Amino acid sequence: MSHAPATPVGGKLTTPFFNFMALVALAGAAALVVRFAQGLGAATGMTDGYAWGIWIALDVVVGTALGCGGYAMALLVYLANRGKYHPLVRPAMLTGALGYTFAATSIIVDVGRYWGIWKIPTYVAWWNFDSALLEVALCVMTYVMVLWIEFSPSILERWRASGTPGQRSFAESAGPRLDRALPWIIALGLLLPTMHQSSLGTVMMLPFSKMHALWFSPLLPLLFLVNCLFLGYAMVVAESTLSSTGLGTRRETRLLGALAPTMAWVLILFVVLRFGDLALRGSLPAAFVAGKYAAWFWLETLLLLAPAVVLLGRNARERASTQFGAALSMLAGGILYRFDTYILAYDPGSGWSYFPSALEILITAGFVAAEVMIYLWIVRRFPVLSSATPAESR
Amino acid sequence: MTTLTRRQLLQGAAVAGAAGAAAVAVPSVAEAASARARQPGDVGLLYDSTLCIGCRACVTKCKSANNLPVDAMNINGVPYDAPDDLNATTKTVIQVAAQGDRFAFVKRQCMQCLDPACVSACMIKAYQKGPDGVIGYDQSRCLGDRYCQIACPFNVPKFQWSKAVPVMVKCEMCRHRKEGPACSEVCPRQAVVFGKVPDLLAEAKRRQAASPGKYLARIYGEHEVGGTQCLYLTAADVPFETLGLPKVDGTPQPHLSTSIQHGVYKGMIAPVALYAAIGLAVWRNTRKGDEEKKP
Ligand code: SF4
Ligand code: SF4
Ligand code: SF4
Repeated sequence: MSHAPATPVGGKLTTPFFNFMALVALAGAAALVVRFAQGLGAATGMTDGYAWGIWIALDVVVGTALGCGGYAMALLVYLANRGKYHPLVRPAMLTGALGYTFAATSIIVDVGRYWGIWKIPTYVAWWNFDSALLEVALCVMTYVMVLWIEFSPSILERWRASGTPGQRSFAESAGPRLDRALPWIIALGLLLPTMHQSSLGTVMMLPFSKMHALWFSPLLPLLFLVNCLFLGYAMVVAESTLSSTGLGTRRETRLLGALAPTMAWVLILFVVLRFGDLALRGSLPAAFVAGKYAAWFWLETLLLLAPAVVLLGRNARERASTQFGAALSMLAGGILYRFDTYILAYDPGSGWSYFPSALEILITAGFVAAEVMIYLWIVRRFPVLSSATPAESR
Repeated sequence: MTTLTRRQLLQGAAVAGAAGAAAVAVPSVAEAASARARQPGDVGLLYDSTLCIGCRACVTKCKSANNLPVDAMNINGVPYDAPDDLNATTKTVIQVAAQGDRFAFVKRQCMQCLDPACVSACMIKAYQKGPDGVIGYDQSRCLGDRYCQIACPFNVPKFQWSKAVPVMVKCEMCRHRKEGPACSEVCPRQAVVFGKVPDLLAEAKRRQAASPGKYLARIYGEHEVGGTQCLYLTAADVPFETLGLPKVDGTPQPHLSTSIQHGVYKGMIAPVALYAAIGLAVWRNTRKGDEEKKP
């Protein structure tokens, strides 16, 4: 089976939607001035009780998981050798590269003493191997680079076809070398998320005495790993559906439909692991204690079980709206699980509460907007989406 | 909040085994022993809630000894130095637990854990245990990521939220003063005393034995989170939880996460082996002129 090559979508970049995103990004940038001039207290709702807020829980912990589409697809294509999904890899690598880049940028905004960040990768003698956060930091930094290298064939392709003479000769000489190295870079792209996505779970094992029983688990690393997988698949589906609606590219309903059972089984694996672990350790009764914890716990479970059932059905193979709905539910449930583990389940003791400040939310929104803008610019100018290729040229 | 019991925590070992996942090898989780035994040279504080009169001399002296500004609170238009909790300008605080007309004081400061969560959390070792067991903080290493705050079971490290160039603030047992801790030096009642931990434990037991019925027959910090170097005595009818000391068991806070980190990343053998295996599989699957599978 041969695939359509990817083509740039083309068209006008500055649509009203794009301009609106630019506005949000600018507002976020203005809010950043307050954060850097006056410190974290002036810009955020964080306190000594809740020392981490949405910049960690959403921008980093959720943001990287949403960037796992490339990882999840690469597992299928390169490890399980399911070549037919290959057209979905390149756009997923792009969202991954963007998602991880912005997560890494958010870390710089979040840490109080950001000017020392360069010490993490360089001061090897200081490394504390007990710290899961160190593992996350080193891995994420490396993986950002790996993702952009994995995405670079798309840039080289464009340069070879229609770049300046300089770009063309660079693409010509770098291309073959990249091709030879690629399997080992792809392998690195499979190893690193396995490591840091599970470590993101380990991070919240350290404060176990402050964790709610429904979210604390010795399986947190495994749960976070499975969680990033289904979030990755859900992002691939959502992204494909959105670009076909928003950019007018061809729908990939059949291809996404073929993915549906895989997604369903990953979801089921997650729910089974989570419930099995809670039951075996005797923590499950906490799910039946009325209150906010149980409510959020069941909401998470429902948001994941419902799409699992739907994805095993027939509609999911043929109907784009069913696929999209299932993906949205998976995203909501998976994001909630991560957010709850980092914020809701974390209880520093009485007297503390957390709600993000307006500036804090604005900065996160600004990052998302900038991410969307760069995505649109790249898919319009570079060959990323094979669904942008007219059907007759297949 | 449903807190975890030790059983709930440790049975995870069995579950993890059942899951058989390489990512969650939990090698030594069953032995919940403290990673570090008490050393004869460890120093700490013994605080006796039954003797404390709440004069806050320790709080004021701690501030001057550590160059910390007042935490001014206006009461009826009059400013007082009245910190209500540890914070960026307060390394120790006196709080009161009131029940009807009964009340008791409690002094809070870093507990100097035997197996400290802050040390385990910090990526580039801004916290380090000194030869006397005291956990020192090095701001030149600190990145301000605040994982120590998340990790500490006693919510001790505090962050300078109002500064553009912030540092963490916590009691380091006055390690900069050659006279030793300022708080114990000024206490008029010996409610807080400084010393070697074995001596402090002996003194605590001596006080308990000398006044039968006066004290609760426990020393907070003797076993909590694997042992701390700051120890607490309380009256027989005032449980430690009433004083606001968290209810924790004897498991060192870092125990589980460290065993995972060590189990999975020891010598980087597992990651390197996994990389080789993945690399071979990818190389095989992308070989044979399979043009269409290039990213
Ligand atoms: S009380 Fe907290 S800050 Fe102090 S040593 Fe223990 S973990 Fe570290
Ligand atoms: S030992 Fe020093 S820094 Fe610690 S509470 Fe006492 S006076 Fe304050
Ligand atoms: S100086 Fe002594 S008596 Fe006064 S508040 Fe501090 S511990 Fe209590």
